Amino acid sequence: MHISEGVLSGPVLASGAVLALAGTAIGLKKIDYDHIVHVSILASAFFVASLIHVNIGPSSVHLILNGIVGLLLGFAAIPAILTALLLQSVLFQYGGLTALGVNVVVMAFPAVLVHYLFRPLLGKSPTLTFVGGFLAGMVSIMLSSLLLGLALWFTDKNFFETSLTIIIAHIPVMIIEGIVTGFCVSFLLKVYPEIIPVKK
Amino acid sequence: MIEEKFAEGRSFIHKLDPKIRIIASIVLSFAAALCDNFYIALGYFIISIILITLAGLNRVDVLKRLKPLFWFLLMIWIILPVTFDGEILYRYHWLKITGPGVILSCNITIKSISILLVFTALIATMTIAALGNGLHRLYVPDKMVFLLLMTYRYIFVIEEEYKRLLRAAKFRGFKPGTNVHSYKTFAYLAGMLFVRASLRAQRVHQAMLCRGFNQKFHTLDDYPPNRLNSIFLMGISVAGLSLVIFEIMWP
Repeated sequence: MHISEGVLSGPVLASGAVLALAGTAIGLKKIDYDHIVHVSILASAFFVASLIHVNIGPSSVHLILNGIVGLLLGFAAIPAILTALLLQSVLFQYGGLTALGVNVVVMAFPAVLVHYLFRPLLGKSPTLTFVGGFLAGMVSIMLSSLLLGLALWFTDKNFFETSLTIIIAHIPVMIIEGIVTGFCVSFLLKVYPEIIPVKK
Repeated sequence: MIEEKFAEGRSFIHKLDPKIRIIASIVLSFAAALCDNFYIALGYFIISIILITLAGLNRVDVLKRLKPLFWFLLMIWIILPVTFDGEILYRYHWLKITGPGVILSCNITIKSISILLVFTALIATMTIAALGNGLHRLYVPDKMVFLLLMTYRYIFVIEEEYKRLLRAAKFRGFKPGTNVHSYKTFAYLAGMLFVRASLRAQRVHQAMLCRGFNQKFHTLDDYPPNRLNSIFLMGISVAGLSLVIFEIMWP
Protein backbone atom coordinates (compact mmCIF):
# COMPACT_ATOMS: atom_id res chain seq x y z
CA MET A 1 0.00 0.00 0.00
CA HIS A 2 1.78 3.05 -1.24
CA ILE A 3 0.99 6.63 -1.88
CA SER A 4 2.93 7.79 -4.90
CA GLU A 5 5.20 10.78 -5.12
CA GLY A 6 3.95 14.16 -6.20
CA VAL A 7 0.42 13.82 -4.80
CA LEU A 8 0.45 14.99 -1.19
CA SER A 9 0.77 18.57 0.01
CA GLY A 10 3.76 19.98 1.90
CA PRO A 11 2.17 19.96 5.38
CA VAL A 12 1.05 16.32 4.99
CA LEU A 13 4.50 15.23 3.77
CA ALA A 14 6.15 17.13 6.63
CA SER A 15 3.87 15.67 9.33
CA GLY A 16 4.41 12.19 7.88
CA ALA A 17 8.17 12.67 7.94
CA VAL A 18 8.16 13.97 11.53
CA LEU A 19 5.93 11.16 12.82
CA ALA A 20 7.97 8.55 10.98
CA LEU A 21 11.18 10.01 12.39
CA ALA A 22 9.82 9.96 15.95
CA GLY A 23 8.50 6.40 15.54
CA THR A 24 11.79 5.21 14.08
CA ALA A 25 13.72 6.80 16.94
CA ILE A 26 11.54 5.00 19.51
CA GLY A 27 11.80 1.75 17.55
CA LEU A 28 15.59 1.96 17.31
CA LYS A 29 15.82 2.69 21.01
CA LYS A 30 13.94 -0.55 21.73
CA ILE A 31 16.30 -2.66 19.62
CA ASP A 32 19.59 -3.51 21.27
CA TYR A 33 22.57 -4.96 19.45
CA ASP A 34 21.67 -8.49 20.56
CA HIS A 35 18.37 -8.30 18.70
CA ILE A 36 19.23 -6.17 15.73
CA VAL A 37 20.21 -9.16 13.59
CA HIS A 38 16.87 -10.76 14.41
CA VAL A 39 14.94 -7.62 13.49
CA SER A 40 16.95 -7.23 10.26
CA ILE A 41 16.36 -10.76 9.03
CA LEU A 42 12.66 -10.60 9.93
CA ALA A 43 12.54 -7.38 7.90
CA SER A 44 14.03 -9.33 4.98
CA ALA A 45 11.32 -11.96 5.44
CA PHE A 46 8.69 -9.20 5.45
CA PHE A 47 10.17 -7.81 2.23
CA VAL A 48 10.09 -11.22 0.54
CA ALA A 49 6.61 -12.08 1.87
CA SER A 50 5.31 -8.93 0.23
CA LEU A 51 6.36 -10.45 -3.10
CA ILE A 52 3.90 -13.36 -2.60
CA HIS A 53 0.85 -12.95 -4.80
CA VAL A 54 -2.41 -14.66 -3.88
CA ASN A 55 -5.30 -15.15 -6.29
CA ILE A 56 -8.53 -13.32 -5.86
CA GLY A 57 -10.92 -14.31 -8.62
CA PRO A 58 -9.30 -13.61 -11.99
CA SER A 59 -6.87 -11.10 -10.47
CA SER A 60 -4.23 -11.31 -7.76
CA VAL A 61 -3.01 -9.16 -4.88
CA HIS A 62 0.30 -9.27 -3.09
CA LEU A 63 0.43 -9.94 0.63
CA ILE A 64 1.35 -7.04 2.90
CA LEU A 65 1.57 -8.78 6.30
CA ASN A 66 2.35 -5.64 8.28
CA GLY A 67 0.03 -7.15 10.93
CA ILE A 68 2.40 -10.07 11.51
CA VAL A 69 5.45 -7.81 11.61
CA GLY A 70 3.65 -5.72 14.23
CA LEU A 71 2.75 -8.79 16.32
CA LEU A 72 6.32 -10.09 16.16
CA LEU A 73 8.24 -6.87 16.67
CA GLY A 74 6.10 -4.21 18.40
CA PHE A 75 7.73 -0.79 18.16
CA ALA A 76 10.73 -2.29 16.37
CA ALA A 77 8.32 -2.79 13.44
CA ILE A 78 8.66 0.90 12.55
CA PRO A 79 12.37 0.87 11.62
CA ALA A 80 11.92 -2.60 10.10
CA ILE A 81 9.10 -1.43 7.82
CA LEU A 82 11.02 1.77 6.99
CA THR A 83 13.97 -0.37 5.89
CA ALA A 84 11.78 -2.62 3.76
CA LEU A 85 10.09 0.36 2.10
CA LEU A 86 13.42 2.06 1.41
CA LEU A 87 14.75 -1.13 -0.15
CA GLN A 88 11.61 -1.45 -2.27
CA SER A 89 12.20 2.10 -3.52
CA VAL A 90 15.84 1.50 -4.36
CA LEU A 91 15.41 -1.94 -5.91
CA PHE A 92 12.05 -1.61 -7.64
CA GLN A 93 11.45 2.18 -7.80
CA TYR A 94 8.10 1.71 -6.03
CA GLY A 95 8.44 5.14 -4.49
CA GLY A 96 10.82 8.00 -3.90
CA LEU A 97 11.99 9.91 -0.89
CA THR A 98 9.35 12.55 -0.28
CA ALA A 99 6.43 10.24 0.50
CA LEU A 100 8.57 7.74 2.44
CA GLY A 101 7.61 9.28 5.80
CA VAL A 102 3.89 9.17 5.07
CA ASN A 103 4.20 5.59 3.79
CA VAL A 104 6.00 4.53 6.97
CA VAL A 105 3.21 6.05 9.07
CA VAL A 106 0.57 4.38 6.88
CA MET A 107 2.15 0.92 7.05
CA ALA A 108 3.94 0.79 10.39
CA PHE A 109 1.79 2.68 12.89
CA PRO A 110 -1.20 0.31 12.52
CA ALA A 111 1.26 -2.59 12.90
CA VAL A 112 2.39 -1.27 16.30
CA LEU A 113 -1.21 -0.66 17.35
CA VAL A 114 -2.37 -4.21 16.55
CA HIS A 115 0.59 -5.51 18.54
CA TYR A 116 -0.84 -3.97 21.70
CA LEU A 117 -4.50 -4.65 20.83
CA PHE A 118 -4.44 -8.29 19.76
CA ARG A 119 -1.25 -9.89 21.02
CA PRO A 120 -2.88 -10.64 24.42
CA LEU A 121 -5.36 -12.91 22.58
CA LEU A 122 -2.63 -15.15 21.17
CA GLY A 123 -1.92 -18.50 22.81
CA LYS A 124 -5.04 -18.57 24.99
CA SER A 125 -6.73 -21.24 22.85
CA PRO A 126 -6.44 -22.29 19.18
CA THR A 127 -9.64 -20.40 18.32
CA LEU A 128 -8.60 -17.23 20.13
CA THR A 129 -5.18 -17.39 18.51
CA PHE A 130 -6.76 -17.55 15.06
CA VAL A 131 -9.21 -14.77 15.91
CA GLY A 132 -6.39 -12.60 17.29
CA GLY A 133 -4.32 -13.17 14.16
CA PHE A 134 -7.29 -12.54 11.89
CA LEU A 135 -8.13 -9.27 13.64
CA ALA A 136 -4.47 -8.18 13.62
CA GLY A 137 -4.24 -8.77 9.87
CA MET A 138 -7.58 -7.20 9.06
CA VAL A 139 -7.40 -4.19 11.36
CA SER A 140 -3.85 -3.29 10.31
CA ILE A 141 -4.88 -3.12 6.63
CA MET A 142 -8.10 -1.30 7.54
CA LEU A 143 -6.20 1.36 9.49
CA SER A 144 -3.55 1.61 6.79
CA SER A 145 -6.09 2.31 4.08
CA LEU A 146 -7.85 4.76 6.41
CA LEU A 147 -4.58 6.62 7.07
CA LEU A 148 -3.85 6.67 3.34
CA GLY A 149 -7.32 8.11 2.70
CA LEU A 150 -6.81 10.71 5.44
CA ALA A 151 -3.44 11.77 3.99
CA LEU A 152 -5.19 12.41 0.67
CA TRP A 153 -8.13 14.13 2.30
CA PHE A 154 -5.88 16.49 4.31
CA THR A 155 -4.11 17.36 1.06
CA ASP A 156 -7.33 18.43 -0.67
CA LYS A 157 -10.94 17.92 0.40
CA ASN A 158 -11.71 17.13 -3.25
CA PHE A 159 -9.83 13.85 -2.83
CA PHE A 160 -12.78 12.49 -0.84
CA GLU A 161 -14.04 10.19 -3.62
CA THR A 162 -10.52 8.96 -4.35
CA SER A 163 -9.98 8.14 -0.66
CA LEU A 164 -13.28 6.33 -0.50
CA THR A 165 -12.41 4.31 -3.62
CA ILE A 166 -9.08 3.31 -2.08
CA ILE A 167 -10.68 2.20 1.19
CA ILE A 168 -13.44 0.22 -0.55
CA ALA A 169 -10.95 -1.38 -2.94
CA HIS A 170 -9.00 -2.62 0.08
CA ILE A 171 -11.93 -4.49 1.69
CA PRO A 172 -11.09 -7.81 -0.07
CA VAL A 173 -7.43 -7.27 0.87
CA MET A 174 -8.45 -6.80 4.53
CA ILE A 175 -10.29 -10.14 4.51
CA ILE A 176 -7.46 -12.01 2.78
CA GLU A 177 -4.82 -10.49 5.07
CA GLY A 178 -7.01 -11.44 8.04
CA ILE A 179 -7.30 -15.08 6.93
CA VAL A 180 -3.61 -15.36 6.03
CA THR A 181 -2.45 -13.68 9.25
CA GLY A 182 -4.81 -15.87 11.33
CA PHE A 183 -3.43 -19.08 9.81
CA CYS A 184 0.12 -17.79 9.90
CA VAL A 185 -0.01 -16.93 13.61
CA SER A 186 -1.60 -20.30 14.45
CA PHE A 187 1.16 -21.98 12.45
CA LEU A 188 3.92 -20.01 14.18
CA LEU A 189 2.59 -20.84 17.65
CA LYS A 190 2.44 -24.54 16.74
CA VAL A 191 5.78 -24.83 14.98
CA TYR A 192 8.01 -22.28 16.67
CA PRO A 193 6.31 -20.70 19.68
CA GLU A 194 9.53 -18.95 20.79
CA ILE A 195 9.06 -16.43 17.98
CA ILE A 196 5.99 -14.97 19.72
CA PRO A 197 6.56 -15.19 23.47
CA VAL A 198 3.03 -15.23 24.96
CA LYS A 199 1.87 -15.05 28.53
CA LYS A 200 -0.31 -18.01 29.38
CA MET B 1 14.31 -11.85 -9.27
CA ILE B 2 15.68 -9.00 -7.21
CA GLU B 3 18.61 -7.20 -8.79
CA GLU B 4 20.42 -3.90 -8.69
CA LYS B 5 20.28 -3.28 -12.41
CA PHE B 6 21.28 0.37 -12.41
CA ALA B 7 24.01 0.20 -9.78
CA GLU B 8 26.75 -0.78 -12.20
CA GLY B 9 27.97 1.82 -14.61
CA ARG B 10 30.82 4.09 -15.41
CA SER B 11 28.95 7.32 -15.92
CA PHE B 12 29.61 10.70 -14.36
CA ILE B 13 26.80 10.12 -11.83
CA HIS B 14 28.15 6.73 -10.79
CA LYS B 15 31.48 8.34 -9.91
CA LEU B 16 29.96 10.88 -7.51
CA ASP B 17 30.19 10.48 -3.75
CA PRO B 18 27.03 8.72 -2.40
CA LYS B 19 26.70 11.42 0.26
CA ILE B 20 26.48 14.13 -2.40
CA ARG B 21 23.97 12.12 -4.41
CA ILE B 22 21.72 11.57 -1.36
CA ILE B 23 21.73 15.30 -0.51
CA ALA B 24 21.08 16.29 -4.14
CA SER B 25 18.20 13.86 -4.50
CA ILE B 26 16.58 15.00 -1.22
CA VAL B 27 16.83 18.67 -2.27
CA LEU B 28 15.44 18.09 -5.75
CA SER B 29 12.68 15.66 -4.69
CA PHE B 30 11.28 17.93 -2.00
CA ALA B 31 11.52 21.02 -4.20
CA ALA B 32 9.58 19.18 -6.90
CA ALA B 33 7.04 17.73 -4.46
CA LEU B 34 6.22 21.17 -3.05
CA CYS B 35 5.78 22.79 -6.46
CA ASP B 36 2.24 23.71 -7.47
CA ASN B 37 2.86 25.29 -10.83
CA PHE B 38 2.69 23.07 -13.91
CA TYR B 39 5.33 25.00 -15.90
CA ILE B 40 7.79 24.98 -13.00
CA ALA B 41 7.14 21.24 -12.57
CA LEU B 42 8.13 20.85 -16.22
CA GLY B 43 11.47 22.43 -15.22
CA TYR B 44 12.02 19.65 -12.65
CA PHE B 45 11.00 17.11 -15.28
CA ILE B 46 13.70 18.44 -17.64
CA ILE B 47 16.30 18.28 -14.84
CA SER B 48 15.31 14.67 -14.10
CA ILE B 49 15.64 13.71 -17.79
CA ILE B 50 19.09 15.35 -17.89
CA LEU B 51 20.13 13.36 -14.79
CA ILE B 52 18.90 10.08 -16.30
CA THR B 53 20.87 10.87 -19.48
CA LEU B 54 23.98 11.75 -17.46
CA ALA B 55 23.67 8.43 -15.61
CA GLY B 56 23.63 6.63 -18.97
CA LEU B 57 20.77 4.33 -17.98
CA ASN B 58 18.97 2.20 -20.53
CA ARG B 59 15.73 4.06 -21.29
CA VAL B 60 13.67 0.91 -21.82
CA ASP B 61 14.73 -0.46 -18.43
CA VAL B 62 13.87 2.82 -16.74
CA LEU B 63 10.42 2.86 -18.38
CA LYS B 64 9.82 -0.73 -17.27
CA ARG B 65 10.61 0.26 -13.68
CA LEU B 66 8.04 3.05 -13.86
CA LYS B 67 5.23 0.59 -14.70
CA PRO B 68 3.64 0.56 -11.21
CA LEU B 69 3.64 4.36 -11.28
CA PHE B 70 1.87 4.39 -14.64
CA TRP B 71 -0.91 2.18 -13.22
CA PHE B 72 -1.30 4.59 -10.34
CA LEU B 73 -1.41 7.56 -12.71
CA LEU B 74 -4.03 5.81 -14.83
CA MET B 75 -6.20 5.53 -11.71
CA ILE B 76 -5.62 9.23 -10.97
CA TRP B 77 -6.67 10.17 -14.51
CA ILE B 78 -9.83 8.06 -14.28
CA ILE B 79 -10.96 9.37 -10.89
CA LEU B 80 -9.76 12.97 -10.47
CA PRO B 81 -11.14 14.75 -13.56
CA VAL B 82 -14.68 13.51 -12.87
CA THR B 83 -14.74 13.93 -9.09
CA PHE B 84 -13.17 17.37 -8.63
CA ASP B 85 -15.36 20.44 -8.25
CA GLY B 86 -14.81 23.41 -10.47
CA GLU B 87 -15.29 24.82 -13.94
CA ILE B 88 -16.78 22.19 -16.23
CA LEU B 89 -14.84 21.51 -19.42
CA TYR B 90 -17.04 18.83 -20.89
CA ARG B 91 -20.36 17.30 -19.93
CA TYR B 92 -21.90 14.04 -21.11
CA HIS B 93 -25.19 13.32 -19.33
CA TRP B 94 -24.22 13.06 -15.63
CA LEU B 95 -20.52 12.72 -16.38
CA LYS B 96 -18.61 15.98 -16.12
CA ILE B 97 -14.92 16.65 -16.56
CA THR B 98 -13.66 19.64 -14.60
CA GLY B 99 -10.76 21.99 -15.32
CA PRO B 100 -9.11 21.83 -11.86
CA GLY B 101 -9.28 18.01 -11.94
CA VAL B 102 -7.44 17.84 -15.26
CA ILE B 103 -4.85 20.42 -14.16
CA LEU B 104 -4.20 18.54 -10.91
CA SER B 105 -3.86 15.24 -12.77
CA CYS B 106 -1.30 16.84 -15.13
CA ASN B 107 0.60 18.24 -12.16
CA ILE B 108 0.65 14.93 -10.28
CA THR B 109 1.76 13.06 -13.41
CA ILE B 110 4.68 15.33 -14.17
CA LYS B 111 5.76 15.69 -10.52
CA SER B 112 5.63 11.99 -9.66
CA ILE B 113 7.55 11.02 -12.80
CA SER B 114 10.21 13.68 -12.12
CA ILE B 115 10.68 12.64 -8.49
CA LEU B 116 11.01 8.97 -9.38
CA LEU B 117 13.43 9.73 -12.22
CA VAL B 118 15.62 11.84 -9.92
CA PHE B 119 15.57 9.00 -7.40
CA THR B 120 16.43 6.43 -10.09
CA ALA B 121 19.25 8.53 -11.53
CA LEU B 122 20.86 9.45 -8.22
CA ILE B 123 20.03 6.75 -5.65
CA ALA B 124 19.27 3.60 -7.65
CA THR B 125 22.63 4.02 -9.37
CA MET B 126 24.50 3.14 -6.18
CA THR B 127 24.81 -0.21 -4.46
CA ILE B 128 23.06 -0.59 -1.12
CA ALA B 129 26.51 -0.80 0.47
CA ALA B 130 27.33 2.63 -0.96
CA LEU B 131 23.95 3.95 0.21
CA GLY B 132 24.68 2.70 3.73
CA ASN B 133 28.09 4.34 3.59
CA GLY B 134 26.57 7.63 2.42
CA LEU B 135 23.85 7.57 5.09
CA HIS B 136 26.43 6.81 7.77
CA ARG B 137 28.51 9.82 6.77
CA LEU B 138 25.33 11.92 6.87
CA TYR B 139 25.00 11.05 10.58
CA VAL B 140 22.13 8.56 10.24
CA PRO B 141 22.28 6.43 13.45
CA ASP B 142 24.52 3.36 13.27
CA LYS B 143 21.64 1.03 14.14
CA MET B 144 19.54 2.27 11.22
CA VAL B 145 22.43 1.79 8.78
CA PHE B 146 23.10 -1.64 10.25
CA LEU B 147 19.43 -2.57 9.82
CA LEU B 148 19.46 -1.44 6.20
CA LEU B 149 22.64 -3.32 5.26
CA MET B 150 21.71 -6.48 7.15
CA THR B 151 18.17 -6.60 5.76
CA TYR B 152 19.48 -6.12 2.26
CA ARG B 153 22.10 -8.84 2.75
CA TYR B 154 19.48 -11.41 3.75
CA ILE B 155 16.75 -10.55 1.24
CA PHE B 156 18.43 -12.76 -1.34
CA VAL B 157 18.86 -15.65 1.07
CA ILE B 158 15.24 -15.47 2.20
CA GLU B 159 14.08 -15.18 -1.40
CA GLU B 160 15.89 -18.45 -2.15
CA GLU B 161 14.09 -20.04 0.82
CA TYR B 162 10.80 -18.78 -0.57
CA LYS B 163 11.48 -20.24 -4.01
CA ARG B 164 12.44 -23.56 -2.43
CA LEU B 165 9.23 -23.69 -0.38
CA LEU B 166 7.12 -22.76 -3.40
CA ARG B 167 8.83 -25.41 -5.51
CA ALA B 168 8.13 -28.03 -2.85
CA ALA B 169 4.47 -26.99 -2.73
CA LYS B 170 4.18 -27.20 -6.51
CA PHE B 171 5.75 -30.69 -6.54
CA ARG B 172 2.96 -31.75 -4.23
CA GLY B 173 0.39 -30.54 -6.76
CA PHE B 174 -0.41 -27.16 -5.21
CA LYS B 175 -2.36 -24.97 -7.63
CA PRO B 176 -3.15 -21.50 -6.24
CA GLY B 177 -6.78 -20.49 -6.49
CA THR B 178 -9.34 -18.32 -4.72
CA ASN B 179 -10.08 -20.63 -1.78
CA VAL B 180 -9.25 -21.05 1.87
CA HIS B 181 -6.89 -23.95 1.14
CA SER B 182 -4.69 -21.71 -1.05
CA TYR B 183 -4.68 -18.91 1.52
CA LYS B 184 -3.78 -21.39 4.23
CA THR B 185 -0.92 -22.77 2.14
CA PHE B 186 0.44 -19.28 1.50
CA ALA B 187 0.01 -18.43 5.19
CA TYR B 188 2.06 -21.49 6.21
CA LEU B 189 4.60 -20.63 3.54
CA ALA B 190 4.97 -17.08 4.87
CA GLY B 191 5.05 -18.46 8.42
CA MET B 192 7.84 -20.86 7.46
CA LEU B 193 9.76 -17.89 6.01
CA PHE B 194 9.52 -16.11 9.35
CA VAL B 195 10.60 -19.26 11.23
CA ARG B 196 13.60 -19.84 8.98
CA ALA B 197 14.47 -16.12 9.15
CA SER B 198 14.41 -16.20 12.94
CA LEU B 199 16.50 -19.38 13.21
CA ARG B 200 18.98 -18.03 10.69
CA ALA B 201 19.22 -14.78 12.65
CA GLN B 202 20.33 -16.72 15.74
CA ARG B 203 23.04 -18.53 13.82
CA VAL B 204 24.21 -15.35 12.08
CA HIS B 205 24.35 -13.46 15.36
CA GLN B 206 26.36 -16.23 17.03
CA ALA B 207 28.71 -16.38 14.06
CA MET B 208 29.20 -12.63 14.19
CA LEU B 209 29.97 -12.72 17.91
CA CYS B 210 32.50 -15.51 17.32
CA ARG B 211 34.28 -13.29 14.83
CA GLY B 212 34.50 -10.45 17.31
CA PHE B 213 31.61 -8.28 16.09
CA ASN B 214 31.84 -5.02 18.03
CA GLN B 215 28.63 -3.38 16.81
CA LYS B 216 30.36 -1.59 13.98
CA PHE B 217 30.53 -2.09 10.24
CA HIS B 218 33.65 -0.84 8.57
CA THR B 219 33.48 0.33 5.04
CA LEU B 220 36.06 -0.73 2.49
CA ASP B 221 35.01 1.76 -0.19
CA ASP B 222 36.38 5.18 0.09
CA TYR B 223 35.58 8.20 -1.95
CA PRO B 224 38.52 10.51 -2.46
CA PRO B 225 37.62 14.21 -2.51
CA ASN B 226 36.85 15.18 -6.05
CA ARG B 227 36.04 18.56 -7.48
CA LEU B 228 33.19 17.03 -9.50
CA ASN B 229 31.25 16.47 -6.26
CA SER B 230 31.11 20.11 -5.27
CA ILE B 231 30.46 21.27 -8.83
CA PHE B 232 27.55 18.82 -9.14
CA LEU B 233 26.04 19.78 -5.79
CA MET B 234 26.41 23.44 -6.68
CA GLY B 235 24.73 22.90 -10.06
CA ILE B 236 21.79 21.01 -8.51
CA SER B 237 21.34 23.60 -5.76
CA VAL B 238 21.41 26.51 -8.24
CA ALA B 239 18.95 24.76 -10.57
CA GLY B 240 16.59 23.83 -7.71
CA LEU B 241 16.82 27.20 -6.01
CA SER B 242 16.21 29.15 -9.21
CA LEU B 243 13.08 27.08 -9.91
CA VAL B 244 11.83 27.71 -6.36
CA ILE B 245 12.48 31.47 -6.67
CA PHE B 246 10.89 31.49 -10.10
CA GLU B 247 7.76 29.87 -8.67
CA ILE B 248 7.51 32.43 -5.86
CA MET B 249 7.96 35.31 -8.33
CA TRP B 250 5.50 33.80 -10.82
CA PRO B 251 2.64 36.26 -11.34
